[in-house]
Amino acid sequence: MSGYATLFVQAALVENLALSFFLGMCMFLAVSARVETALGMGLAVLVVQSITLPVNNLIHRYLLAEGALSWAGLPDVDLSFLALICFIGVIAAMVQILEMVLERYFPAIHQGLGIYLPLVTVNCAILGGSLFMVERHYSFGESVVYGVGSGFGWALAIAVLAGVREKLKYSDVPAGLQGTGITFIAVGLIALSFMAFSGLQIG
Amino acid sequence: MASPKRDPGTSGVPWLRRLRALPNDNPVKTLLVVLLVCLCASLLVTGSAVLLRPAQLANQERERQARLAEIIAQLPGGEAGPQVEARVVDLASGEYAEGIDPTDFDQREAVKDPARSLALAPERDIARITRRAHHAVVYLVHSGDRLDLVILPVYGRGFGSVLRGFLGLSGDTREVVGLVFHEHNEAPGLGALIDDRRWLAQWRGKRVWDARGQPALGVAAGEVAPGSPEQAHLVDGLTGATWTGQGVTGLLRFWLGDDGFGPYLRNLRDRRGLR
Amino acid sequence: MKTSLKQVFFNPLVNDNPITLQILGLCSALAVTKTLATALIMSLAVTSVITLSNASISLIRHHMPRQVRLIVQITIIASLVIVVDQLLKAYAFEISKQLSVFVGLIVTNCIVMGRAEAFAMRNGVWRSVLDGFGNGLGYSWILILVGSIRELFGAGTLLSIEILPTLSSGGWYQPAALMHLPPSAFLIIGFLIWGIRAWKSEQAESSEFQARPTSSSEVAR
Repeated sequence: MSGYATLFVQAALVENLALSFFLGMCMFLAVSARVETALGMGLAVLVVQSITLPVNNLIHRYLLAEGALSWAGLPDVDLSFLALICFIGVIAAMVQILEMVLERYFPAIHQGLGIYLPLVTVNCAILGGSLFMVERHYSFGESVVYGVGSGFGWALAIAVLAGVREKLKYSDVPAGLQGTGITFIAVGLIALSFMAFSGLQIG
Repeated sequence: MASPKRDPGTSGVPWLRRLRALPNDNPVKTLLVVLLVCLCASLLVTGSAVLLRPAQLANQERERQARLAEIIAQLPGGEAGPQVEARVVDLASGEYAEGIDPTDFDQREAVKDPARSLALAPERDIARITRRAHHAVVYLVHSGDRLDLVILPVYGRGFGSVLRGFLGLSGDTREVVGLVFHEHNEAPGLGALIDDRRWLAQWRGKRVWDARGQPALGVAAGEVAPGSPEQAHLVDGLTGATWTGQGVTGLLRFWLGDDGFGPYLRNLRDRRGLR
Repeated sequence: MKTSLKQVFFNPLVNDNPITLQILGLCSALAVTKTLATALIMSLAVTSVITLSNASISLIRHHMPRQVRLIVQITIIASLVIVVDQLLKAYAFEISKQLSVFVGLIVTNCIVMGRAEAFAMRNGVWRSVLDGFGNGLGYSWILILVGSIRELFGAGTLLSIEILPTLSSGGWYQPAALMHLPPSAFLIIGFLIWGIRAWKSEQAESSEFQARPTSSSEVAR
């Protein structure tokens, strides 16, 4: 159990997908202008990540990995080079299904979240999470925890940045740095501060 | 009804012409376009994967050989290219396994075969590799009758990937001659620092065993205080890559321990030059 | 109304730079700029993918079914990226190890998808090729610049050739450790944006909040 707790903290803080690996940056910078939009995007990423990571894990273990197809009598087949295209397909499909389910059964949520969902498909953080999961050979349980943890971490990062940017609006920023420039510098500083978590050890 | 923008007369086949003239949202056309794209994509991807595989495997093998040569080069006189003898060791007994050809033996395949490997209990699996093959290849360098260098292939989970490398021990197995990693996928700039020459150079001269004969090598949590007792066994930690450092410690202690090459190294020490 | 071919190619270099103006393609831009070599290979990979994907998508744009548009584009892009990844593993093994997952992440690189949707779907093949190539170059020069700065000031070398002899190799230069850390790429790009917008002031954004000038009666005592 403590293994899962450590993994969660690691995924959310130490190895924050947005601030340590800079995944999902395009979305990050575009959506973090206000805290409400940032939270909406963060929540969408959290949900999609939590769903797609375990699914991709299953697909990789039982279809793509070297020797994965032994249950079908084809132990020598190694389809791992298809991982990229499979994962992105799964992610796109999951997002589509999620959007349809929300629209049908939870229209209120769909109103708030719906516009961000298509953007989540091409969010590097989602695909990146799945690729890291493959590299590190996570089990199914670990991929569930990693999905929730990394999604949560990304949401946290984007919320922090949105808060900082809202405050920055009232600052006297040089003309050339206004907007994009100062945001980059702010993110750089926040990323530096998150590096402090790398010394964190649980249990 | 969409009208085609270019002259369909360029393709003479009538049904092809009709196809191209279909509105893009027509289900049949959608299906056909999608299938066509998938077909081309599959051919492209699979073709490149299959064609390039030999070159990729050759690269990995070349890398492994280079790393091996690197460790050997750290031995005084090693640049002259001493004879490297490869032997297969039965890990449980610590004896040489005569029936297996070292050039043929692939530890990665063996570890997946239930008949040639065993599952590790979680509390003993400090390298986090879950399974261990029954055998492993070791490389020995002799000068005359004396055993100068024992090179052990070691591997274990780091932070985000499996770290694979070679640990070179002096002939009496008490000191480290060198450590090198030829395969890993750690984070660039963080865990990937295990490739940094200066960090790797710290391992040279570290004493392997503690007073109780247990493997004591490892990566410290921070900087090792000069003059402290741990300096004999530990190297400085990697900033920002604590987990990778712990992975290195884990794999070293596993492979030097009773579940790894421990019995073999004990035999070597006891018999001084097991032939 | 149609921009000339020359404009299609040159715009993305500074006026409409994918990184500094469109703010796309950052994910890979930041983590791979620690050395010039990785930045170069990444630039090469991304430029090839954008150009080829723009070309292929433009080829079939008249027959693209609307509903599956996005996934068809992604499929094409993903296939190209897999091929590039396999090529790197076969012919530039050392560098591909350093790039690790970031080559795979070119699939979700916003620039590639962005140009496919915004340009290749509406323009002829040759123009799309130029646009792809131009955007690729725009992306590349930023990457190469950041990579050079980080490697030069972080390690004193460029392409592993020593330029500033560091203290540890007996020289005088104390490397700036900040350059080893990924956040430095952010800071460098931030200052780069400042420079570009000082030069091309039309790119500068206006402040969202205008401070009201204080009148003398409001000045605090």
